[in-house]
Amino acid sequence: MRQDTLHIGCAAGFSGDRTDAAGPVVDALAASGAPAVLIFETLAERTLALAQLARRSDPDGGYEPLLDELLRPVLARCLAAGIRIVSNFGAANPAGAARRIAALAVELGLRAPRIAVVEGDDLSGPGQRHLLGSAAQGLAVVSANAYLGAEAIADALLAGAEIVVCGRVADPSLTVGPALAHFGWARDDWDRLARATMAGHLLECGAQVSGGYYADPGVKDIPGLAHLGYPIAEVDADGHCTITKPPATGGRIDSHTVREQLLYEVHDPAAYLTPDVVADISAAEVTELGPDRVRLRGVRGHARPASLKVNVCHETGWLAEGEISYAGVRAEARARLAIDILRERLAGLGPLRADLIGVASVFGDDAGRWLDAQPHGAARDVRLRVALKHAERAQAERLLREVTALYCCGPAGGGGVRTALRPRLGTLSCLVPRSEVPTRHRFIEEAAP
Amino acid sequence: MNDFITVALHRAAHGRTGDKGNRSNISVIAWHPALWPLLVEQITEAVVARQFAHRQPARVVRHLLPQLQAMNFVLDEVLDGGVNDALNLDSHGKALSYLLLDLPLQVPRALAVHLVGADDAAPAHPFPLPLSTTNQRDKT
Repeated sequence: MRQDTLHIGCAAGFSGDRTDAAGPVVDALAASGAPAVLIFETLAERTLALAQLARRSDPDGGYEPLLDELLRPVLARCLAAGIRIVSNFGAANPAGAARRIAALAVELGLRAPRIAVVEGDDLSGPGQRHLLGSAAQGLAVVSANAYLGAEAIADALLAGAEIVVCGRVADPSLTVGPALAHFGWARDDWDRLARATMAGHLLECGAQVSGGYYADPGVKDIPGLAHLGYPIAEVDADGHCTITKPPATGGRIDSHTVREQLLYEVHDPAAYLTPDVVADISAAEVTELGPDRVRLRGVRGHARPASLKVNVCHETGWLAEGEISYAGVRAEARARLAIDILRERLAGLGPLRADLIGVASVFGDDAGRWLDAQPHGAARDVRLRVALKHAERAQAERLLREVTALYCCGPAGGGGVRTALRPRLGTLSCLVPRSEVPTRHRFIEEAAP
Repeated sequence: MNDFITVALHRAAHGRTGDKGNRSNISVIAWHPALWPLLVEQITEAVVARQFAHRQPARVVRHLLPQLQAMNFVLDEVLDGGVNDALNLDSHGKALSYLLLDLPLQVPRALAVHLVGADDAAPAHPFPLPLSTTNQRDKT
């Protein structure tokens, strides 16, 4: 087994993240001289559904819309320095993304990179509908994707891929795949897989481990939030990692930022489930080795789950929202009166959520228990926001019209009406046996046209 | 008997919210190891369930990570259906860590040196409900 250290940098934590993060990460990876991989994590729970909808209107689309912006600044440097790229930015069309990357390399005057796509996650076809369970029958399914693990990524890298384009894979698998390929671990080496999984977990939200989504003035001050350094994990042959970030970038990595991210979206710390392993961080320890260097130890692993998790997104009707502002004396009372008017006008359409932005609009519940319990106050700058959902577009549109009508029929001084109507997507999850989800990689030369 | 002061939890701990589906998890991480036992003793499943009573959690479970001086609360069915279903502007429940961090904490004066920041004028919780409205179980 190799005893060197693999450096894995992460330059995106979701679709919509900053697109200029990769440059300093790639520079740091290249300067280290260590074997290195760059990952981009761009798929949240509903991103794939949006990508499927995009592909419906453009068969060549359906991959990360900012793919060019993410790769163009760093593709030449990665190829020159031997930094491999692994990402789920293929979304609903990994082959389409791979072809776009090949074209981008041509546009940039680069040699042709070896690009592999990972396939098998998309279960939205009619032939696989029976896998989705009874809960999904009869639904207008937009997307259905299994969370794939690290093995197909590792296989693609071992076969010589310089860029691996995935659709839905578990976020930490973007890190586990390269480590598995590099160190040649056994695929049931649960402790090492679990350690690499938690390294990937720390990386997968980008700057959330390096000072992003952490700052709170006067208490949790972070320097340079406008130019945050994205994280790099230095993974050793046992899977242990040290988290750091490029020099001369903003942000901070310390035991507090790392602990917040370590527990992010974790439920039982003794059983963090991924397709690769069940990771156990109940005895994990973090140690500050120096400025912006934190070591994670004590992660253990157990045998991976027998099934794969599948996320199904389906159409569920319409979301209607409307807003109007009140200011000055008795502004809050006028906004509350507007709520009463809307409830009467829209009676029978289903629950109407009302928020008084500036008074109570975030902690509350859709049923309004929180807002109803707030004592009436004298806020002088209040924005009323209402929302409802309905299966039928025409019914949902009634909210938009009623909010607009407050201009002439509502309380005095209301202004700044904005309304929006958008389709809603519901999600449900199910488990599918691994044997029903054949997973493979193939190089772009072989990809279907 | 001025051996204790009452402060908001955010002076002793920080945290972050995560969401999956209709389930929220909120970490509570001690600012200093000396404050950790206070969190374990006072920030219990019952106290957190009460703070979130208006969202009617189906279950509140607390997991302890002593090596990290951190605890992880898992609140089931508090997101009005979750990111795709809720009518809330913050359908992820991203802000909920700050609701938890508004809880009161009794701190011995001798440990006050480890507190951070200052108390603000947070309003009293508007909607305290009897504890019996939620189910809890211990997992510590």
